Amino acid sequence: MPHRTEDLELRLLLEAIFHRYHYDFRGYSLASLKRRVRQALEKFDCQSISQLQDRVLHDAKILPALLGVLTVQVSELFRDPPYFKAIRERVVPHLRTYPSLRVWVAGCSAGEELYSLAILFREEGLEERTIFYATDINPEALRRAQEGVYSLDRLQLFSENHRQSGGRRSLSEYYTAAYGHARFDPSLRARTVFSDHSLVTDEVFAEMQLISCRNVLIYFDRELQNRAIGLFHDSLARRGFLGLGAKESLRFSDHAGAFEEFDRLEKIYLKRGDR
Amino acid sequence: MNALPASLVVMGGSAGSLDALSVILPSLPDDFPLPVLIVVHLPPARESLLAEVLQRKCGLRVREAEDKDELCPGVVLVAPPDYHLLVEADARVSFCSDEPQLYSRPSIDVLFESAAEAFGPGVIGLLLSGANSDGARGLQAIVQRGGTALVQAPVDAHCPTMPRAALERCEQARAVPLSEIAQQLQELAHGR
Ligand SMILES: C[S@@+](CC[C@H](N)C(=O)[O-])C[C@H]1O[C@@H](n2cnc3c(N)ncnc32)[C@H](O)[C@@H]1O
Repeated sequence: MPHRTEDLELRLLLEAIFHRYHYDFRGYSLASLKRRVRQALEKFDCQSISQLQDRVLHDAKILPALLGVLTVQVSELFRDPPYFKAIRERVVPHLRTYPSLRVWVAGCSAGEELYSLAILFREEGLEERTIFYATDINPEALRRAQEGVYSLDRLQLFSENHRQSGGRRSLSEYYTAAYGHARFDPSLRARTVFSDHSLVTDEVFAEMQLISCRNVLIYFDRELQNRAIGLFHDSLARRGFLGLGAKESLRFSDHAGAFEEFDRLEKIYLKRGDR
Repeated sequence: MNALPASLVVMGGSAGSLDALSVILPSLPDDFPLPVLIVVHLPPARESLLAEVLQRKCGLRVREAEDKDELCPGVVLVAPPDYHLLVEADARVSFCSDEPQLYSRPSIDVLFESAAEAFGPGVIGLLLSGANSDGARGLQAIVQRGGTALVQAPVDAHCPTMPRAALERCEQARAVPLSEIAQQLQELAHGR
């Protein structure tokens, strides 16, 4: 039964990565993780998962590239425009009532979601009173998030998304184009703290009025989802907002009762004031 | 053949497959004993009416899949646009937003391969009308793990490209006339 052996190898690989490097993929959804491990075998030219385990245990240099394969980095600026429209039209009026704001973009990938919110907050006049926290476990993604440079051929989509999200200006006012790249205005991230943080192994670090964590929980099994949502719950101020990805929900979470559905379709939740 | 009863049906298609599904699903009894998962290639609009459209036509329960939904007998789960739909070994579904495969997200191959991986011989894969070759690799994976591969007969299909590609790639796949597919699924579901 060759594939049973493979399942065993996979578990051992995840243990190895955890014990050696403290990246914990053991509670990720297996079906898609397996696909990505197979991609890693190709990329690192390994015949078996055991061979990959051997490589990664003895050669720390391949870890960043391996993390790049094991985590999914697909993102866009203003991905799902109606989500950002709902933040703009329905959440921002509440946020305006606070003198200072903290916003956490958890699983920020290369920064697309962060810049989306930073632009939105600037357009809505909230930027000055806000500190953003942008976190991820992938160091290369974090580095790119801190650069804010995207390939120019993605900008047409980003601009259209921005427009559909209710953007008040043209997206081109926020970046300069050169040599096939768009460099987003560094002042957009002047109020952002970038940090390596895992929703699996790390703890709460500040009290937030808004947490946006999109398309990260789908990669977790239910137990891990529960942990991450518990973290969000503990991190949110009373009446703080939690925004999830289009296909994510609090359905399987022990903490569901501690939130109200604020925008059912856009998966925006409000932490109840009474718990 | 006196095979074991199957545990899951996965279906895929693109252009022309809605017509085929509109024939197959209404012909299955309301107490069809297996869970059914469907990937149909659609433009990446956010909201899809596919589940609603199919629900109106048949007695089985049809809805759009949600992350970590449980597989239930007689319940048809349809992949939402813009996410790959996968089957987990604990009989739940999961999503991922990896790159499109063969320009498609959701990808039929991704669904079929994950089903083969999780349920091996218990999987019945059915590939319908379509204009590209998505699904061929997935059907092959299903067969390699001991599952059953059915293909809408190319003569019946609006777009025979997808069925043909699968029959070429996967020798063990059986071409079945559209009018007989529901019956075949019933027999396989009961291990006949
Ligand atoms: C598909 S991207 C989502 C990007 C963006 N939030 C969006 O929705 O477009 C998923 C991100 O989650 C990150 N991630 C994976 N596991 C994580 C964990 N345990 N803690 C924090 N981030 C994680 C990945 O590195 C990746 O950057």
